[in-house]
Amino acid sequence: MIELDDFSVGFGAGTALRGATLTIRKGDRLGIVGESGSGKTMLALCLMGMAPDSAQLSGRLSIDGRDMAGASEAQWQVLRARRIAMIFQEPMAALNPLRRVGDTVMEPMRVHEGLSRGAAHKRALALFEEVGIPEPVDRMRQFPHELSGGQRQRVLIALALACDPVMLIADEPTTALDANVALRITELLVRLARERGMALVFITHDLAAVARTTQDIVVMYGGDMVERGATADVLAAPMHPYTRGLLAARPDPTVPARNADGTRRRLPSLPGSVPPLNALPQGCRFAGRCPVELAHCATRRPATRLVADNRQAACHLLEEQAR
Amino acid sequence: MTRRLPTNFVIGGVLVALVVGTAALSLVWTPHNSTQMAISNKFAAPSSTYWLGTDQLGRDVVSQLMAGARNSMSVALIAVLMGGSIGVALGLMASAIGGWVEDGVMRLADLGFAFPALLFAIMLAAVFGPSLGNAVLAIAFINIPVFARVTRGAANQIWTLDYVSAARAAGMNRFAISRDHILPNIGAVIIVQATIEFAVAILAEAALSYLGLGAQPPAASWGRLLSEAQTLMYLAPQLAIYPGLCIVVAVLGFGLLGDGLRDMSEPRLRRER
Amino acid sequence: MSAPLIEVRSVSRHYRLPRVSLLRAPAVLTAVESTSFTIRAGETLGIVGESGSGKSTLARMVMAFEKPDSGQVLFQGQDLHALSATELRKLRQKFQMVFQDPFGSLDPRRKIGWSIAEPLRAIGVDANTARRTAEALEQVGLHPRDAEKYPHEFSGGQRQRIAIARAIVTRPALLVADEAVSALDVSVQAQILNLLMDLQDQLGLGILFISHDLAVVAAICDHILVMQHGKPLESGPAAQVLHRPAHLYTQTLLKAAGVSP
Repeated sequence: MIELDDFSVGFGAGTALRGATLTIRKGDRLGIVGESGSGKTMLALCLMGMAPDSAQLSGRLSIDGRDMAGASEAQWQVLRARRIAMIFQEPMAALNPLRRVGDTVMEPMRVHEGLSRGAAHKRALALFEEVGIPEPVDRMRQFPHELSGGQRQRVLIALALACDPVMLIADEPTTALDANVALRITELLVRLARERGMALVFITHDLAAVARTTQDIVVMYGGDMVERGATADVLAAPMHPYTRGLLAARPDPTVPARNADGTRRRLPSLPGSVPPLNALPQGCRFAGRCPVELAHCATRRPATRLVADNRQAACHLLEEQAR
Repeated sequence: MTRRLPTNFVIGGVLVALVVGTAALSLVWTPHNSTQMAISNKFAAPSSTYWLGTDQLGRDVVSQLMAGARNSMSVALIAVLMGGSIGVALGLMASAIGGWVEDGVMRLADLGFAFPALLFAIMLAAVFGPSLGNAVLAIAFINIPVFARVTRGAANQIWTLDYVSAARAAGMNRFAISRDHILPNIGAVIIVQATIEFAVAILAEAALSYLGLGAQPPAASWGRLLSEAQTLMYLAPQLAIYPGLCIVVAVLGFGLLGDGLRDMSEPRLRRER
Repeated sequence: MSAPLIEVRSVSRHYRLPRVSLLRAPAVLTAVESTSFTIRAGETLGIVGESGSGKSTLARMVMAFEKPDSGQVLFQGQDLHALSATELRKLRQKFQMVFQDPFGSLDPRRKIGWSIAEPLRAIGVDANTARRTAEALEQVGLHPRDAEKYPHEFSGGQRQRIAIARAIVTRPALLVADEAVSALDVSVQAQILNLLMDLQDQLGLGILFISHDLAVVAAICDHILVMQHGKPLESGPAAQVLHRPAHLYTQTLLKAAGVSP
């Protein structure tokens, strides 16, 4: 459905996305995991045709088999209206505060599909029920500020589903929510993707959320896709040093905070922080923070290797070991 | 990356530079003495000596307009500085203390808003006689509630930020926090407001002088020139047009400059181009 | 066992909501209801809960930003809310706070050396401020030269280090960290948690660590208090709360925090 091949996004001297290659099929649940500056949000914007004007795009992006390189804004609008929908981190900011949420959800049906008010209302009601909003008739008449954060996010999901998209991109949809609300939202997303046969692209920095939600993940760092594979495999046996570091740095609630002798257990941590776009190393983006240091790490870009069935990673160390 | 300056900022800046430059120049040089009369030479046509001619008393028009610029600028400056500092202090205090003090200050500000400058100037004139000083006081007075309200709104926003909480946690008192954190961070808002109020003050001074409640003869003021020229509208309409134009240029200049500054300091509020 | 550093005795805090109607009494929101805890030197207490659970209100009462409606907050045996303003200001050097947002907790117009020294100026220490600022910067892993820079020159993790430097410059006995690592990237979170542990070992700090993320709390805390809707749900040694959670809600939090599916 969506194919990216050697797709890059640059800003002046910096590169926000470097040689991204990705295929998304109907019904896939794909997680894109990365920290700030990893390029994950830029990737999502490109999939929606909403990259900023100052970005220089290169490589191939095709949707439904059509090359989108020269697509006009009008063509993108058709896609966004009918095929691809997106939900965002901050549900309050994404809703018009002066409109009843029911009207907001009905609008795209009426504009894009020319439904009558009655038909749109019926469908919106069904959507509200589908996304698990209690007392949907009353809720539709309310304004965004009258709803809780979790309900607002559900309204946004209903809005995203208004025109039966084949793919839903969720950019950090649970970050602003409380833990158990987030838990229910990820459950909802999985259920919707299954029932509708819809592809779900789940973008997040939250490893716990991605583990619950997706079948496959792509781990990104500094604009590169460093590792990918089945979610369970990657989380259980990470191959790229960055993925390994990231997983280790995330505290495990089942491990006690103190060692047997009473001293505090330190967390394994990655040194430094993600460098700004224009200061990334030319070779492997992770060079300098990585515990592995080979002679050509900082200068030569590691190739993406197929390490096992459905497992890929881009690291010089893996190449050395293969030799 | 070069950012283009907003058009209103550029045009406003040029107009303001023109007016302020003229006013500054008049301090050291005018073509003629602006108050010197020469009845024999009244209503002279523009010439190389009298660039825009002379008025009904034979005074040089250019010199009078230049002196008028100086008068406008100094009145506006003093009035905005006076009203602004009192207003900013009240606003900071209201925001820092909160509770009934804040409510009280804001209700007073509402009262001030409801009280037109003209009425206040007439009152002052009735008690102390009309003078430029009283006009300045009246204009300063109307500025107090404006600045108090703007300051308090901007300050309240800063008070909610973590670095202010951190300063409180450190044990700083409210006065020190207002001085160290609040005022520097709302400076831009106050400067924008002051620029816009400058335009309002110029207009107010012209209006008061026009009504005879401001600058007294023989002091030159655009408003007074306008009122003197009024009786001669059919005989010498240019005498009314020149000061009128000056007022428009000055008010427009400061107004545009203020809008431009606001656009630059708050890009979020900028209209999409 | 050492005497408690801070003892919170059954504090409650209610907010009156704005009136909806003239005829009806304004509604009352219970932010915190009869909550108690104790922290000793060198110990970390974690308070876990979601937004609206009352954990931040609790932090504000411990910091004496807000008065409880009932109950007491005793710091080294002194009732914080019974002190005069001057006495309180003097005592403030003993308990300091680190905030959530590393971008909002530093005045953008001040050099960081100025910000770090602010608590010293507040208690009237004028001598040695430069040396103590430099010391604090080194303790959090930054360079004394950094004092001359502005906040925007630092990354989020570094800013949080600066905020911690400001909090320890007065050599406090208690540190209150309100969601202090929540806004940071996972790889940076671990660095800051380790830094807090290092400082605790060096300075014998008591830490009140507030977070919505049970995993982070588990990594650093000796005791855990779980709160929901302003009420304490369960509390106890970390191992007990994490391995034998008494409440369904605690189990949900554990599930949300775990990586294994």
